[in-house]
Amino acid sequence: MNETPMILVRNLYKTYRAGEVDVHALQGASLDVAQGEFVAIVGASGSGKSTLFNILGTLTPPTSGTVTIDGKDLSHLSNAERTELRKHTVGFVFQKYNLLPTLTAEDNIRMVQYIGSRGGDGQSKGGKAAEFTPEFKGILKILGIADRMKHKPRALSGGQQQRVAIARALVNGPAILLADEPTGNLDSKNSAAVLGLLSDLNKRLGQTILMITHDREAAQYAGRSIQMLDGRVV
Amino acid sequence: MINKLVLSNLGHRPVRTVLSVLAIAVEVTMILTLVGVSYGTLDGTAQRARGVGADLMIRPPGSAIIGLSTAPMSDELIAFVASQPHVALATGTAIQPLSGFDSITGLDIDPFTKMSGGFNFLEGGPFQYDQDMLVDEYYAREHKLHVGDQVKLANHVWRVAGIFESGKLARICVRLSVLQDMMGNQHRLSQIYVKTDSPDQIQAVLSDLRTKMPTYQIYSMEEFTSLLSISSVGLLRNFIGVVIGVAVIVGFIVVFMAMYTAVLERTREIGILKAVGASPWLILDLLFRETLLLSVLGTIFGILLTYGTQWLMKHAVPSSLTQETVYLWWPIAGGVAIVGALLGVVVPGIKAVRQDATEALSYE
Repeated sequence: MNETPMILVRNLYKTYRAGEVDVHALQGASLDVAQGEFVAIVGASGSGKSTLFNILGTLTPPTSGTVTIDGKDLSHLSNAERTELRKHTVGFVFQKYNLLPTLTAEDNIRMVQYIGSRGGDGQSKGGKAAEFTPEFKGILKILGIADRMKHKPRALSGGQQQRVAIARALVNGPAILLADEPTGNLDSKNSAAVLGLLSDLNKRLGQTILMITHDREAAQYAGRSIQMLDGRVV
Repeated sequence: MINKLVLSNLGHRPVRTVLSVLAIAVEVTMILTLVGVSYGTLDGTAQRARGVGADLMIRPPGSAIIGLSTAPMSDELIAFVASQPHVALATGTAIQPLSGFDSITGLDIDPFTKMSGGFNFLEGGPFQYDQDMLVDEYYAREHKLHVGDQVKLANHVWRVAGIFESGKLARICVRLSVLQDMMGNQHRLSQIYVKTDSPDQIQAVLSDLRTKMPTYQIYSMEEFTSLLSISSVGLLRNFIGVVIGVAVIVGFIVVFMAMYTAVLERTREIGILKAVGASPWLILDLLFRETLLLSVLGTIFGILLTYGTQWLMKHAVPSSLTQETVYLWWPIAGGVAIVGALLGVVVPGIKAVRQDATEALSYE
């Protein structure tokens, strides 16, 4: 394990304006996640875990505080730099899978691979996405979706869609995998399978994973659980 | 990959795609049909003017190149013109405009026959009575006329005496004196045709007449037919400009509506693309490519539709409207459609780029 944490969060504050009311979603949250760790952030609805997810994923900036991912300080990044960071440093897995409905499973993955291959100026470094690396083919094998790659999301079960979403999140070899309630839309059997896969990827590939969940059973698959309450890590 | 996503997006909403393509196609057809009819009408006029066999043409002072004037020139000019050196023959016509693009032309059949070689009759023959009318094959076909049929035109009942091969002077001809009486314009002419005694004398006669009749519009036939172009006819040029303007607005509105709806509908997908690192340029690239494809498909379909309108005019109104295929205008009409469409995608594109990724991802 490296001395510098893969994720370092210090005194993180985030205040939203909802109508005429200020919502203090994060109130001084701090946490460290080491490289290769699988950490679950557990909390009830409104505890600030999804806000933390969005900030770690560079989808929204914090109001104040420090966030460092893989040595990069997110506090002072421009929009373009945050977009660039999302290509290679962070991979997302969402509760609702969020696959592009008009593309096949394979094209969903290739689209992200293609975006990752584009330069910061938006220019393509080649019209077509490259072939999958042997490492990624290994991931596809672990996920067990090789025979479903030509299907569109509507032809896949929830569990299969979430596996495709995991594959998509990992195709550009991100430093961290952020999963927001990855089993929230799945039955218990598929939930166990997906959580088992995340655990497997963490153990076999050393993938750093940070999973947001309200489900304590799901959190047991992680190596460590962190509790959130009222915008703070407790 | 972007092209694949563009195609899959268009295929995902086939009705919207087809309607967008159809609307752009109508826009292209509108331009090409108008231009085709303009070219067809002008070329038809030129062809009929050449068919007279004259070398020169004299039109009233201040008349427009395709103006369907009544009869402001005195018929005494015929004798004056005929008496000029190297003028072999002069004859005049009067024109009575009818509704739409039609008009009745009054002529003296004998000098006209001498000058042009006469009508080639497909049915019937020359005038026998004052109420006789000669029509060309297209007018006869459009109005289902045969020799002996009665036709009411300009509050007069005429008898079809002959149907002639198209391409000479006009589509509807009556005796000059009868038309002048009917118009209350006795001894007045709309234009005078002049035949010289030798083609070598055309320029000399032209210069001479221009000197002696300075206020009149006098052209060699070659000059007159070359002036029958869109750029020479101000009204037509302006009209085409207006239609192009309307077409751009139609294209803008259609694509604006289609792409605005598409952006709203794909809010979550745009959020997904942003979450995985798509830049604003990529989102715009996606929408612009989609619009470009719709425009190109619309242009191709519009060109094909133009052949449909051409066929329709040829069979429904062959004498009134003649539509030509003007290849030169294909890229222009396509360009107009593409510009209108690309203008239409700007606002939806900005909306897509400005969407907040976290809000977009939670969009239901």
